Amino acid sequence: MRKLYMELIRMRFLTMLAYRVNYYSGIIIYAINIGAYYFLWGAIYGGQQQLGGLTVEQMTSYVAIAWMSRAFYFNNIDTEIAQDVREGKVAIEMIRPYNYLSVKTAQAFGEGIFRFLFFAGPGIFLISLIIPFSFPATATGWGLYLISLMCAFLINTQINLVTGLLTFFLFRNDGMMRAKRVVVDLLSGLVLPISFFPGWAQTVMGYLPFQAVNYYPSLIFTGAITTERSWELIGFQVIWMFVILVPILVMWRLARNKLVVQGG
Amino acid sequence: MQDMRHIFSIFADYLSQYFKTRLAYRTDFLGDFVSNLVSELINLVFIVVVFTHVPLMGDWTRDEIIFIYGFFLVPYALFSMFFGFWDFNERYIIRGEMDRILTRPIHNLAQVCLESIAPDRIFGVITGIIIMGYAAIQLDLSFYWYDVFIFIGLSISGALIYGGVYTAIAAVSFFSDSRTGIAPMIYNIQQYGRYPVDVYNKAIRFVLTYVLPFAFVGVYPAAYFLRKEVWYTYAAMTPVVAVIFFGIGLLVWNWGVTKYRGAGS
Repeated sequence: MRKLYMELIRMRFLTMLAYRVNYYSGIIIYAINIGAYYFLWGAIYGGQQQLGGLTVEQMTSYVAIAWMSRAFYFNNIDTEIAQDVREGKVAIEMIRPYNYLSVKTAQAFGEGIFRFLFFAGPGIFLISLIIPFSFPATATGWGLYLISLMCAFLINTQINLVTGLLTFFLFRNDGMMRAKRVVVDLLSGLVLPISFFPGWAQTVMGYLPFQAVNYYPSLIFTGAITTERSWELIGFQVIWMFVILVPILVMWRLARNKLVVQGG
Repeated sequence: MQDMRHIFSIFADYLSQYFKTRLAYRTDFLGDFVSNLVSELINLVFIVVVFTHVPLMGDWTRDEIIFIYGFFLVPYALFSMFFGFWDFNERYIIRGEMDRILTRPIHNLAQVCLESIAPDRIFGVITGIIIMGYAAIQLDLSFYWYDVFIFIGLSISGALIYGGVYTAIAAVSFFSDSRTGIAPMIYNIQQYGRYPVDVYNKAIRFVLTYVLPFAFVGVYPAAYFLRKEVWYTYAAMTPVVAVIFFGIGLLVWNWGVTKYRGAGS
């Protein structure tokens, strides 16, 4: 069984590799996004030294790191599931001797490794040439970041599974998946560090899983927090992973009984 | 001209068909409406939160930037209503649907637009106008009677600029047989036009004005209504840029179609 999933990860990785245009456009997109926020924040800071507890240098490295983490955890399996459901392919997936949701997760992981090696790696290197940038000094720092990033990937994938599974009940939810993407980008601290939000908003966001997707790993990467605090954040991520597992399992159970194949 | 009228009458038929199919999934229709509203409003959060920390972005105030965003939503909504073929490569090239398109009597680009038309995106126009209205009251802007026509003209121009660039990018699918992800590209680039271009550096400003002229979809035309006279020339150029860039898009598309070889089955 483990061999099967390893094979799935490998296959998705190779598929990503095969489409070269995807690769180039991906690099361009990430460069554009980081560049855009770099200049935008430059203009927002104007002459000011500090905003929301961050200096301009800290902010630019934050933006770069946040986008690079996103390269790893981002995937489109919700759209893929939605398509499988609409076309009725999911009926066949359900009778196959593996777990459909695990298969999707494995594919997302293959994609994540691809993006990490080919977008984030070269991207971080390029940016470090332009923007003054500090990497975690110690092996522990790197280790903690990578563990936290792995958790971030799993949580984001779970969120995608939830939105994807909603297709079973709503039949079509493209709009919702689009909105989800914007919401995750904002509330995970990608476009705006959490410390910028007013106090009450930060409290509310503390009860939502989105910070665990981007803010925690980025915080660990910057080395601004202690090792103990890092472990604590990773602990929160693990808790979230279990919490989100509940709706996924419930929906998957219901979905098996409720499946309506719309043509196909 | 006869041809254009024909295309418009077919558009009307497709519209009524569209609403029939959409209303078959009523909860989805409502869900889509709410989702679009959420994603449009959430971009405001960025602006509002940032301005709790600073008084100005470049030389622009919070309400001016909100106004620009509100304006941007209008051409963007028109664009996404008529150019909804996000999955062009997947659907038409890889699955070979393009073969069918080429047998249809009207122009192939019009046919592709027709099949992917999404009239419910028109709600973006309403959201945009509400956001602009709010900002206009805050800024105490005054309008002339002819501003309505200028607004309509500039909005259509903006939608055509997006349409031209997007058509050209989609046409790349005709030349390469690999799977190009064009949708994320446009999704990511479009946010540039939403902020005043003078906050970026010169190179980006040049690109946004002359190469991928997204500044003409948001900040330049909005500057006219904000009475920023420095930008009037740019605002006036918007329709010209629209004609040029839509023309280029159409040329690339037509050229691409001649290079098209059927792929799928």
